[in-house]
Amino acid sequence: MSTSDVLIVGGGQAGATAAITLRQLGFGGSVTILEATADLPYERPPLSKDYMLGQRAFESCLIRPARFWAEQKIDTLTNAAVATIDPARQQVTLADGRVLGFGKLLWATGGTPRRLTCPGADLSGVFTLHDKADADAIAARLDTPRRAVIIGGGYIGLEMAAVLRKLGHQVTVLEAQERVLARVAGETLSRFIETEHRAHGVEIRLGAQLREFRGLNGAVTAVVLADGMELPADFVVTGIGITPLAAPLLAAGAAGGNGVEVDEFCATSLPGIYAAGDGARHRNRFARDEWVRLESVQNATDQAITAAHAIAGQGKPYEALPWFWSNQYDLRLQSAGLNMGHDATLLRGDPAARSFSVLYLREGRLIALDCVNRTKDYVAGKTLVLNGALLDAARAADGDIPLKEASAG
Amino acid sequence: MVELVVIDRAGAEHKFAAAPGMTLMESIRDQGIYDIKSLCGGSCSCATCHVYVDSGTPLAAMSEDEDDLLDGTSERQANSRLACQITLANGMAPLHVIIAPED
Ligand SMILES: Cc1cc2nc3c(=O)[nH]c(=O)nc-3n(C[C@H](O)[C@H](O)[C@H](O)COP(=O)(O)OP(=O)(O)OC[C@H]3O[C@@H](n4cnc5c(N)ncnc54)[C@H](O)[C@@H]3O)c2cc1C
Ligand code: FES
Repeated sequence: MSTSDVLIVGGGQAGATAAITLRQLGFGGSVTILEATADLPYERPPLSKDYMLGQRAFESCLIRPARFWAEQKIDTLTNAAVATIDPARQQVTLADGRVLGFGKLLWATGGTPRRLTCPGADLSGVFTLHDKADADAIAARLDTPRRAVIIGGGYIGLEMAAVLRKLGHQVTVLEAQERVLARVAGETLSRFIETEHRAHGVEIRLGAQLREFRGLNGAVTAVVLADGMELPADFVVTGIGITPLAAPLLAAGAAGGNGVEVDEFCATSLPGIYAAGDGARHRNRFARDEWVRLESVQNATDQAITAAHAIAGQGKPYEALPWFWSNQYDLRLQSAGLNMGHDATLLRGDPAARSFSVLYLREGRLIALDCVNRTKDYVAGKTLVLNGALLDAARAADGDIPLKEASAG
Repeated sequence: MVELVVIDRAGAEHKFAAAPGMTLMESIRDQGIYDIKSLCGGSCSCATCHVYVDSGTPLAAMSEDEDDLLDGTSERQANSRLACQITLANGMAPLHVIIAPED
């Protein structure tokens, strides 16, 4: 049995960043990344953006070129899915039965896309979009104009819709809620995004309840709604969120439920075992220390850096500011902070001019903002959120006054 | 090919040539200089690819977005650029690049 000083389970954004950071910190012990799929660590955001558009090669999505891992003496084992963990013996068992030992372990497996359970959900042509294999399977359908139905008006579904329209396909987006982006953004942004997509020829159906998928010879041909409406579809992309992958760790006794719970150093309740990324539930300073699970490159990267510092004996708490971006058509969306718990919103700029920001306040302080084609606000807003700045509401709502000059007093 | 001299955060000098068409960010990363995180993958959304650049050839003007993002970095200088926004082009004079300190 081989043993690594640090065993990283999951070679995605968090796993790769943790390994890189350990070496940057001068950690000289052995480091192994176990990755369930066949691919070396890569960035997922391009999968629903320029990679799907065919404007970016997979090599340029790799977090580091292949030779980096060997140069840095980081072992990368692909096709290596961890099935069980024995924390007392400090061993993991892979799905194929191999056993590996560890000194410290970082759990960085992210999540798995939620799947629909309605009749026909297992027909071919019903895709999720979470990894390279998904993206390639969808891209293979884009050779001739098709009718696509996207289920879920979240960021991934909407980015996918934008790409498909750019490539000339017919697109319908079905959203169960009464607005798109309902889980993450305020209504002003939702309505603006709906208008943009409609202007680009996307059909958006809000409050849409799905009944079933119909198919022919095992392949999807239509989506049927609860009211009986039938939408013809050559393929379907579901983007209805992810479920954290944490079963082996929870079975080993780690505290958690919806993900694995970690403290401010990204340590789980099991000694020597850490977690980071989409699957790590933590108390976030920017959510008034409430438990949250964030699904972003920022969070995966900064938690991985936090865990690596703790593993290397240089622990410092996780307090990085959350931020996120999305690109749809020529729209640049940038967000900072976390808007949960806001008690007021302010609008700066003009949605009709396609340049505006939505500011989220709590007790007069800026806690988050969503910016559309307004990088200046995003940059200024980050500092204001970081400092918990009290805003002068009238000045903050005046798009002609720089946001950085809008704090009160 | 475009000649590059890149000084990393440790002060080490890397001399190499990179193919036109790639961005400065990609050429630095592919050379094995791993100081820039380039978290947004080059979509001008994060400023983690901040560098100081000098070149005999004037570089393409920066977009307002790049300018604004650079304003948000703590170490902006007159020759600050986001490396993902510079595309290497045939006939460019050698670039002298220093990787800016981390924010
Ligand atoms: C299409 C798409 C677009 C996105 N766009 C954006 C964006 O614009 N901006 C943004 O901030 N974020 C975006 N995200 C989210 C971002 O990519 C994730 O938050 C980030 O990748 C999370 O990192 P992670 O390391 O936790 O998980 P992942 O990057 O998902 O990596 C987890 C890895 O663990 C592996 N694994 C799982 N189980 C096991 C096991 N048992 N054993 C071994 N390996 C295992 C998986 O195969 C995977 O490679 C996007 C995500 C997707 C899917
Ligand atoms: S890589 Fe994000 S701005 Fe250059």
